[in-house]
Amino acid sequence: MADNETTIQRQEPVATPDSEFFWEGASRGELLIEQCDACKTLWHPPRPMCPKCHATRMVPARMSGRGVVYSWAMPIHPFPHGFATPPIVALIDLAEGPRVVSNVVGIDPRKMREGLAVTVEFEPTAGGKAVPVFRPVAGQEKTP
Amino acid sequence: MMGAGKAAIVGIGQTEFSKNSGRSELQLAAEAVKAALDDAGLSPADVDGLITFTLDGSDEVGLGRCLGIPDLKLATRIPNGGAASVATVFHAMSAVASGVCDVVVIWRAMNERSQYRFGQPIIRGAIPTGGGSTFMEWCLPFGAQSPASWEALTAQSYMSRYGVTNADFGLVSVLLRKYAATNPAAWFYGKPITLEDHQASRWIVAPALRLLDCCQESDGGVALVITRIDRARDCKQKPVVIRGAVTSMRFNHEIISDYYATSDLSHLEIGDRVRERLTQVTGLAPRDTQVAMIYDNFTPQIYMQLEAFGFCGPGQAKDYIKDGNLELTGRSPLSPNGGHIGEGYIHGMNLITEGVRQARGTAANQVANVENVFLASGVAGAIIGAA
Repeated sequence: MADNETTIQRQEPVATPDSEFFWEGASRGELLIEQCDACKTLWHPPRPMCPKCHATRMVPARMSGRGVVYSWAMPIHPFPHGFATPPIVALIDLAEGPRVVSNVVGIDPRKMREGLAVTVEFEPTAGGKAVPVFRPVAGQEKTP
Repeated sequence: MMGAGKAAIVGIGQTEFSKNSGRSELQLAAEAVKAALDDAGLSPADVDGLITFTLDGSDEVGLGRCLGIPDLKLATRIPNGGAASVATVFHAMSAVASGVCDVVVIWRAMNERSQYRFGQPIIRGAIPTGGGSTFMEWCLPFGAQSPASWEALTAQSYMSRYGVTNADFGLVSVLLRKYAATNPAAWFYGKPITLEDHQASRWIVAPALRLLDCCQESDGGVALVITRIDRARDCKQKPVVIRGAVTSMRFNHEIISDYYATSDLSHLEIGDRVRERLTQVTGLAPRDTQVAMIYDNFTPQIYMQLEAFGFCGPGQAKDYIKDGNLELTGRSPLSPNGGHIGEGYIHGMNLITEGVRQARGTAANQVANVENVFLASGVAGAIIGAA
């Protein structure tokens, strides 16, 4: 089965002042997660104050891009905007801890499973930016 | 606990539930509120508090202007999408029990089928947050653009953890459509379904949700009138006492895209908090009540809330349902009006009016010997019953 590749009709993210770094990083090919500069805790979704130590200096930290699928779903009807085929939406638990919503690409939906090891790549959006998506680590998709 | 047992629901009102109301949301709101005040034997001049959802499309000034409410002491809006529904009862109870208000009206009115489509994918430019419901920024670019898609990510985790299938979820649809079939106010009055119908309905989000796992998109308005227990005794209807109402908003919790508060999404931890608080306040557990009005935006929510609210243990909802516990003669009859799936979806509020009817003994599908009714919308829970 063909990849669930998306077209460049993918919706542009609607960034806020506190999340802009995430989307700009993705456009440069970097997966960034907010880190408290004082206590070094990673937080997602990003926020302007660390809920642990209440510092307000939050800095983007580059992730390894490795993670595992926590759960997944395939929206079929009504068809989501910006996709040519039904995307696989997934919750990805990053190796560094935080959980993100993203897509898994390059896999037959029938082979989707929790715990699948994935690695980040980036796909363009309609406005010329990019978002992080995840692809199974080679060989992983064959595991029952 | 402030408020518990000190306030009562004395009036309920609703419009018809349809797919095309043919009038404005404000008119639906005004009609529902007037009907609720008439039910209570009160007038707009008695009203000094108004509560609705952050998501409601009508305006407090506009509604007051329709009804002729002379002076409001309180007008407030509750976050968390449809989970606001039972939370509004908590806030109204607090307002009258503390003496801030004498008579609080709660309303919710929506043309979510004819004016906009609540279940359709959201396109770019939509509001980045949904009042604690969903932080859409993190979902929309990935194709998770509708309530069903947000829900499915959690539901799939539950299915995988406990070996539950979509056909299992169908049991809830079949049950609620059975109730709707004998409730003249239900959109699906006279239209029961079989499990085969459920399994033949198209995928909305695979592998969790088919069309018949989803609540309806409905047009309609619903209103409640709440006052102090002493004043309630002078109203037209037998008062339905709020024995307790509680809410919980946990760290990192979102209502439907609830992915960040806990690592294990197969259990609704927020429900644990609500259950504990409600039992502390009322001395009753949800499973001690005779009717369970539980928010059914999608069928998996019934599974997860049954477990979180302690009707059964983790992973046991499938057997609890198969054993007939949710039938009218079972241990915990579920939403005998047909719920959102069968009657209509006015964002939780038509489940509360049904709870009141069950406590009064006037429901279309009346459960026998109702002392207490459990109302639940995820982050909020209440137990109500006849005075």
